[in-house]
Order: sequence, then structure tokens, then C-alpha cells
Amino acid sequence: MNSVQTAVSQTSPPKKSFLYDPKVRGIFYQVVLVAAVIFLFYVAATNAIENLQRARIASGFGFLNNTAGFDISQTLIQFSAAGSTYGDAFIVGLLNTLIVSAIGIFFTTFLGFLVGIARLSKNWMVAKVAMVYVEVLRNVPLLVQLLFWYIAVLGALPQPRNSLEMGAGFYLNSRGLFMAKPLWAPNIGVLVTVLVLGLVGSFFYRRWARIQQEQTGRQSPVIKVTLTLVFVLPILTWIVLALFGANPISFEMPRKGTFNLTGGMQILPEFVALLLGLVTYTAAFIAEVVRAGILAVSKGQTEAAGSLGLPPGKILRLVVIPQAMRVIIPPLTSQYLNLTKNSSLAVAIGYPDLVQVFMGTVLNQTGQAIEVVVITMGVYLTISLLTSAFMNVYNRRVAIVER
Amino acid sequence: MSTAVDMPNFVRAREVEALPPPNLARGPIAWIRENLFSGPFNTILTLVVFYLLYVSVPPLMKFLIIDAVWTGTDRAACRADTGGSESGACWAFIWDKLNYFIYGSYTISERWRVNIFFALLAIGVVWLLWLKAPRRDLGAVYFFWVFPVVSYILLTGGNESFSGRFWIGFAIFGALVIALFAFVAALLKASLRPAFILGGGIVGVIGVTLALVDLDFGLAHVPTSLWGGVLVTLLVATVGIVVSLPFGIVLALGRRSKLPIVRMASVIFIEFVRGVPLITVLIMANTMLPLFLPGDMTVDRLLRPLIGTALFASAYMAEVVRGGLQAMPKGQYEGAMSLGLNYPQMMSLIILPQALRIVIPGIVNTFIGLFKDTSLVAIVGIFDLVKTIEASRIDPAWAAPTIGITGYAFAALFYFVFCFGMSRYSLGVERRLAAGQKR
Repeated sequence: MNSVQTAVSQTSPPKKSFLYDPKVRGIFYQVVLVAAVIFLFYVAATNAIENLQRARIASGFGFLNNTAGFDISQTLIQFSAAGSTYGDAFIVGLLNTLIVSAIGIFFTTFLGFLVGIARLSKNWMVAKVAMVYVEVLRNVPLLVQLLFWYIAVLGALPQPRNSLEMGAGFYLNSRGLFMAKPLWAPNIGVLVTVLVLGLVGSFFYRRWARIQQEQTGRQSPVIKVTLTLVFVLPILTWIVLALFGANPISFEMPRKGTFNLTGGMQILPEFVALLLGLVTYTAAFIAEVVRAGILAVSKGQTEAAGSLGLPPGKILRLVVIPQAMRVIIPPLTSQYLNLTKNSSLAVAIGYPDLVQVFMGTVLNQTGQAIEVVVITMGVYLTISLLTSAFMNVYNRRVAIVER
Repeated sequence: MSTAVDMPNFVRAREVEALPPPNLARGPIAWIRENLFSGPFNTILTLVVFYLLYVSVPPLMKFLIIDAVWTGTDRAACRADTGGSESGACWAFIWDKLNYFIYGSYTISERWRVNIFFALLAIGVVWLLWLKAPRRDLGAVYFFWVFPVVSYILLTGGNESFSGRFWIGFAIFGALVIALFAFVAALLKASLRPAFILGGGIVGVIGVTLALVDLDFGLAHVPTSLWGGVLVTLLVATVGIVVSLPFGIVLALGRRSKLPIVRMASVIFIEFVRGVPLITVLIMANTMLPLFLPGDMTVDRLLRPLIGTALFASAYMAEVVRGGLQAMPKGQYEGAMSLGLNYPQMMSLIILPQALRIVIPGIVNTFIGLFKDTSLVAIVGIFDLVKTIEASRIDPAWAAPTIGITGYAFAALFYFVFCFGMSRYSLGVERRLAAGQKR
């Protein structure tokens, strides 16, 4: 009797020390963490200030307005050593990073999808060749591949006087790839207007076609109309304008002189090497993403679509690809991000990207390590975070809604 | 009317031998027909691939093997103007420079120490990665404590000769740590024994480590500026994995924590590091680390990129481990809590052993990425394998047209062998783990 009562009285009001309260403990741990982080930052900051003062290095972002005093081999905006500032150099580097990433993403998507689909081919030979491609490219560091392209392949190209002629105004030599340079006439606006009208028109036509199919079941030749509006119409306009002597686009061909090529557009060998390396390397990863995505669509889907009487082309277009894309897009975006980040390896072969120009030359000239590192990392971080924010929105839209 | 029964001569007395399978349904010819020439499109595809292979493979083989120069002592062997051959790879160059590619400029008489380091590393890797190895818990202790300490002593020579003041400082620090643990235990009204064991253990491990590093084993000091080649490549990768695994686990736990500030700090660190390229982290470590330390303290030039890569790899490892933690069914957490285990016990005894096991393939894949990324330290001037090849490539004694391509082919082969081996291993583990999950 007595023992029962003690047991009951023990359980009724729990005598809790506040030290056992998970909330109190949680707050304690977090206060310790915050204190440690603040302490670390404080020590680092005081040391940095002292070190900078001793080395007589200025601080703050004023250096962005100072004259740069160095040249950059590829500039998309006006840039000169004497007249441009470090801020201009930053923009030049950023644009160079963005352009190599954008062109790289465009090509690597094609190559990656091609190899990924080839890996699933029923043709044994094609599948094996694609597999060897993926395994070799994935297992060798990008840096080695870039150096290989730059030094071993492009370095072996002939002098300008012996340029390799590749037809259609393309020349290849040790100074890079030369090709025709498009010159825009003032009436290019007409062509652009037609193209924009075509795009807008095809967009509305597709919407109309979809609504009509939902209401009446009749299908419209969407693809043919779209192609006509977007490609045939602008090209026709171009031809008509050219016939009337108002050619909106003309090409300046590179001409072969005794020692060098003049005119046309020159693409730096560094750019070519970087692009080749990034495209082939990332394509191997994208191929795996695509393969996994297509394999993730269960066989039952294909069979069910077939039993509904859809022809193979439509099964692929309407059933398999939309479902595979849901699996493919998120890792594909992260591969695009990887390509953008990997473009920073340009520094190894001397392509003037953001890291090479800003973290390299500007950092060495000004010595303002903290500011330069913060700006450069901030750029990459912004690109990554924007992309992943966009990805989250997309994911929410395409995620399977479970009922 | 006659029936079949009436006609006994229709019943076979003996079995007829089976016909051989038709050639067109089985056998190599059928296989070729089905897999290579099953339709006009496939036939064209096969022929195109055959043509591409015909164009690319024989010249490659010719360059790499048939026409290659295997012996020679200097550039003469690989230059046409001195009677050598220029049409094939110059393997003689690799052979001549092999020691430099493996050890860098490490003192020649002391290179046996590097060999022991390679052997110790191999033992640790096999112990941890071979799923049937005995006592893998001891393997972890070996890999994360014994091996780093021994390697440090072997490679640098140890014999740090700490001052007496340093040891007094350490004694005070140790006493403080043990006192702190005892104080917390007293506050929590828990027994003092585990507190002393835990605090004493931590202080003891650090103390033994410092004492070992302090002792003079009679090994000559080899400064890190002499290290190079494969040694540095493997060293960066090893330090990366030894640091990033524990640190990554802590970050992953932090990211899954219920405490908002801990979670936020982990998320910020992980997303920050994953959002920037490794090369910017390396340049940051190279230029900013010396700024953040007191003026009289210098950081070894090799240590800076080591810190950079280790931090970088930790963030990626954290995401892999988080995947494993999230894959654990909720019942495991609830079961552990219902047994009355506290957070450290629940994590170390129930959750982590299972979670880490299912993410072994992910860990190995991260490690493959880390191993390839070690080549980036070449950009900040560390003599890893890529940098030693770069340096040898421009050596006038070996100035020949095929040197560059041979050097990079060698580097590619080296990385390929390691990375491909690891990826096969992770595939094998994945298959084994999947076998247990099959219903």
C-alpha cells in the first residue's frame, strides 16, 4: 500500500530542474555557438586590420574607380589600359565568364542528351562507345583536360601563315579560330521585328490550337506553323530585303595575308580550349543525368501509351519525355551551375574570365584581397542562389501531386 | 474407321534428336543481326560508329604504343632532327622523370618515408572500404587518428620541440577542460566518472598526439616546399577525406538540428561553400588566411590549400550525409527515443551507423570529385602531380614536340585508374546494399 502511494506521488508533479529542460539546453548551446563565431570573427577582423595597416594596403571599395593599367585579351565592352578602371575590368571579366558559360551550356546540352540517349541505344556498338566516352571523360580531372586541349591540341596548330582552311570562311591557326564577322546594317530592325512578330504569333497560335483541341478534339499542324513563323518568315524577309539592295546582314570574311589573317572575327585559342573542355566534360555528366531520367520512367507508361494506340514518336514526346524531364531538370540545372563554376579554371590557361582578371591581376595589383574575394565569391554565390531559388519554384510546379 | 490407336506404326519408338537452334535466332550471327543491324537506321549508325573508330583508334594506338619511344635519356630520343621519333608518345620522358612525378623534390635519401606513407594509406583505405574487413571500428581509429599522426611525423620528420611554456599552457588547458566537464556533470547532478573519462580522454588524445609530434625520432626534417607530385596529390586528397568526413557529419547534424541558430549556421556555411568554385576558395585561403592570423604567425604554403580543400569537401560531404539521415525512417528516431537514449546516444548508436552505411556510394563519389579537384592546387602554386608535369614539360633537357601530350596522357591515366577504380567500388557497394533492400 505504502509503496504504491510513493510510486503515484513520484509521477504526479515531475520535479524538473531547469537544466533538464530541452529548451534551456538548446538556448545554451546556441549562445555558445554564437559566442564562438563572434569571437572568431572578432579575432580575424582585428588581425586583418592590423596586418593591412602594417602592409599599407588601403581598404574599402574605392579601388574600383582607379585606373586599371593593364590590357585584357578579350573584351566585350570598350576597355583600354589607360582609360578604364578596375570596375570596368570586373565587368569585362564577368561578361567573359557569362559568355563562355552560356555558349558552353548551349552546346553541352546537345552533346549530353546525344550521349545519354546513345547509352540507352539498342545498338550495342553505339551504347558501348557512349559508355567509354562517359567513363573516360568523367574520371579525368577537368584541369588536365583543359591543359590537354590548350597545350597539346591547340598548341600544335600551325602558324597563321599556314592556317588550316576549313571552308565557309573558317580558318584555324595558333592564334585561334577565325571566321566571318556579321555586320549589321541599320535596317536590321526590320528583321528583328519580323522575328519577334513570328515568335509572338506562334505563341498565340499554339494557345489557340490547344484550346481548340480541348473543345473540339481537332488537331492543328502546330509544329509546321511554328517553324514557318519563326524560321521561314524571317529568312524570306531577309532574302526580299537583300534582293531590293537593302541587305540587313553582310559578312566580313577573314582574308589571308602573307603573315597573318586580317578582318573577320577572331576567337581566342584560350576560349576555344575552355569551351571544348567544359562542353565535353559536362556532357559526360549530363549524359548520365539524362540516362537516369529516361530509365526512371517505368516501362508500364510506355506500354500503356502503346495500348492506347499512340505511335512511338508520340509516346516519346507526350508520355516519356514529360515524365523524364521532371527527373532530369533538377540535376541538369546543377550541372549547368557546375559548368559555370568550372569556367573559373580558365585561370589555368589564361582565358580572361572573372577569376583570372579580378582575383588574379586586380588582386595582385591592388593587394585588396578581402574586397576582391568578397566581390568574386558574391558573384558566383548570386548566380547559384538565384538558380536554386528558380529551381525550387520549378520543382514545386512539376512535383507529383499526391491525392 | 481407323483411329490413331489402331495404327501403332504412327507412334515413335525412339526419340528424335533435337534440331540445332537456327542460326538466325541464336549464336553470334543472330546477336550481330539483332544488336548491330536490326534496321536501316541501326545499320547506318553502326557503320558510322565503325568508321569513327577506324579513324580514331588505330592512330591513337599507333601514337600511344606502336610508335612510342620507350627508352632514352634525353630529348634526342624524341626529336626527329636528332634521329629520334616524333610520331609517337615519348614514354622515355615519363620514365626519366618518374621519381620527380611521385616524390617531387623530396630529399632522395628520405624517400622511403614517403613509401611507408603510401603503404599506411593503402592499409587504411582497404580496412575502411572492404566491407568484410575485421574490426572496422579500429580501422576508423587508425584512419582518423593513428594514420594522420604517424604520417605527419614520417613526412615532416616530427621533432617539433615545443617549448616548456607550451607544455605548461597545454597542462592548464587540459585541467580546464576536465574541470569544465566535471562542473557540467555536477550541475546536471550526473555521476562524475563519465565526465572525467570523457574530458580526460579528449585531453589525453590531444596530449599523446602533441607528445608524439614533439618527440625526436631521429628523422631528418623535410620542409613542405620540397614535397611534390603524387605525394602531394594523395596528401591533399587524404587530408580532405580525413577532415571532411567528421566535419561533414557535424554539419549535416547541424543542418537537421531543431535549434534554429545551429541550423542556420550550418545552412549558411554549406550553401556558401557549394555556391562558389573551389579555385576561389583556394585563392581565398592563399591570400586571406595570413591576413586573419596575428602578424608574427605564418601558415605553411602547403597548409593553406589543405585547409581550403578540406572545408570545401566538408560542405559536399555534409549534403551526402544529410541524404542518409533523411533516408532513415522516422521509426528509427522514435524507437531510439522511446528506449530513453539521449541525442548523442541516439545518433552515434542508432542513426549514424545505418545512415553512413547507405551513403557509402555517395561518400565515395564525393571523394572521387575531391580527388579530381586536388589538381586545382596546382593553380595556387602547389607542386602536385599536374604541376610537376607542367614544370617538367618545359625542361629544356626534354624539349621535344610530343612531350606535352605525353605528360598529360600520363596524368590522365593516373587519375583515370584511381577514379575509375573508386567508381567501380561504389557501384559494387550500391548493388550489395540494394540486394538487402529487395523484397
